[in-house]
Amino acid sequence: MGKKIVVKTEDLTKKYDRVTVVDHLNLQVAENEVFGLLGPNGAGKTTTILMLLGLTEPASGTAQIYGFDSTRQPLKVKRLAGYLPEKVGFYDTLTARENLRFIAELNNIGYAESEPLIEQVLKSVGLDDVGDKTVNKFSRGMKQRLGIADVLVKKPKVAFLDEPTAGLDPEGINQIIDLIANLPKMGTTVVFSSHRLYEVQRVCHSIGILAKGKMVVQGNLDELGRDALAKGRFRIEVETAEPSPQLVKVIKKIKGVSNVEAKGNVLHITTDADLRAEISKAVVQNGVALIQVKIEEFSLDDIYMKYFHEG
Amino acid sequence: MLTILRKELADYFTSMRCFILFLLVFIASAVAIYASYHGIREAAIDPGPVFIKLFTTGEDLPSLTVFIALLVPIIGIALGFDAINGERSSGTLNRILSQPIYRDSVINGKFLAGIVTLAIMIGAIILLVGGYGLRMIGVPPTAEEIVRIFIYFISAVIYGAFWMGLAILFSVIFRSLAVSLLFPMAIWILLGIPASIFNPYISFFVPAVSDSVSVQLMVARLSPYFLFEEAMTVLLIPVWRGWGLLTSVTTSSMLPNPLSLDQSLLIVWPQFTVLIALTAVCFAISYIVFMRQEIRST
Repeated sequence: MGKKIVVKTEDLTKKYDRVTVVDHLNLQVAENEVFGLLGPNGAGKTTTILMLLGLTEPASGTAQIYGFDSTRQPLKVKRLAGYLPEKVGFYDTLTARENLRFIAELNNIGYAESEPLIEQVLKSVGLDDVGDKTVNKFSRGMKQRLGIADVLVKKPKVAFLDEPTAGLDPEGINQIIDLIANLPKMGTTVVFSSHRLYEVQRVCHSIGILAKGKMVVQGNLDELGRDALAKGRFRIEVETAEPSPQLVKVIKKIKGVSNVEAKGNVLHITTDADLRAEISKAVVQNGVALIQVKIEEFSLDDIYMKYFHEG
Repeated sequence: MLTILRKELADYFTSMRCFILFLLVFIASAVAIYASYHGIREAAIDPGPVFIKLFTTGEDLPSLTVFIALLVPIIGIALGFDAINGERSSGTLNRILSQPIYRDSVINGKFLAGIVTLAIMIGAIILLVGGYGLRMIGVPPTAEEIVRIFIYFISAVIYGAFWMGLAILFSVIFRSLAVSLLFPMAIWILLGIPASIFNPYISFFVPAVSDSVSVQLMVARLSPYFLFEEAMTVLLIPVWRGWGLLTSVTTSSMLPNPLSLDQSLLIVWPQFTVLIALTAVCFAISYIVFMRQEIRST
């Protein structure tokens, strides 16, 4: 890797009323990557983000952003980090532009600098034509995009997005995901929490899976995927018109096939390599009509489910 | 903090709530002017400066001071009851707190903005009544009267700040807007009840002291409402001598001439101090609670 680590926690622990919400969490995020924080509801994702931002004090352990301690130097951390809360809210009676201007002012960005910046940010989230409308007329998706604009206005080095796609329609999700994917190019590291695996898979370079406040697994998405899927094996599904025990035997004899399971018309075959060509040939030669052959690609679901059952 | 102060002020002045409050203020001023129009002729015969009587006279109608004593708590509560939990429920609080500002500047800015708004409203009433009254009676105020009115204005702002501080305190403690509105309202009503109502209870529990005027006065003074009324009376009715037991021998030998300003101030100083202290306590508690509070919205 050799990349600079910009977000780091060491044995970060948080307890609410003696219930441990985050339990000795060690997390590392490299510069300019999109990091997906995964986990079921109540796994401690939001609490972790709040502690990283210095909004909540940890019971023990440390959280650091660019080397600044989040608990001891919260102002320095907040200058570098932007935060999109799960339930983002704006001042309803102000316009989108005024809301952003207020945030710019709180960040000590002067008027001369903030006006073009707000314009540019609104454009990048596609809200430039409604910038002068009051926020109470905004839809959920627009508010969420305004939330991202709100994070971008302060030009953060790290952006923490808490469930940025929750409650959005598919189009809204796509817009948000595209925005997130573009952030590292602008020099912003992104940490975002979600329990929607598909989105995470689309944009994240690395992920961490949390369960009950503990980091179950953390690392590069591709490596984790191969690892999760039957220890580096391939899984091939063959659908035929009428599978016979004879066929199963034949396939089992193909070199590299380690297991064959018949479920109705579908054969689940585990192999060491991509043997689709050999298998389909064998099926046809046995006089069975071949309907389809599918190779299972790993998905985050597999990773998630695997570590979940373990965790 | 100035940014927050500015934003809060802008918020207040563009809100419907403020519009209604200002409307109340104007109605109160109009009624007060009407009241003093009817009462001032007779009141002017009594000793003491005339102009200041505009504020305290009102034949059968309530005078301006009564209105202010009633209105100011409402304004204070209306300005403060959703200060923190309103932001929390609309989801703006954690967004603001994740900006590079100190957490206390949020609550300080809100408190200051409230005080500025209060001062503008109370100032507006006093100036309206003063101005129209001046046209009406044609007697200009003396320098001392102006100072008295100014001090009265400040005490009214402090009194309002107490109610606002109380409302902010409840808005920090409770997550629900309805609760944080009801609690200060309930306290306001409870304290607004004349203390004499409690006298039977006092005599029931501690019969020995029940007849003592000073004990009754002490009970009454637990209420900021009563304290403010005392302060107001001394400041605006210069002939007022104070409370406590005065024997008929003393009163008969008293000259009904107005007290000088410093003498009035001397009488009213304890009331003033207590009002400021109550306000400070309310604000300090909300400050401490807010600084230690968890930010999580859920």
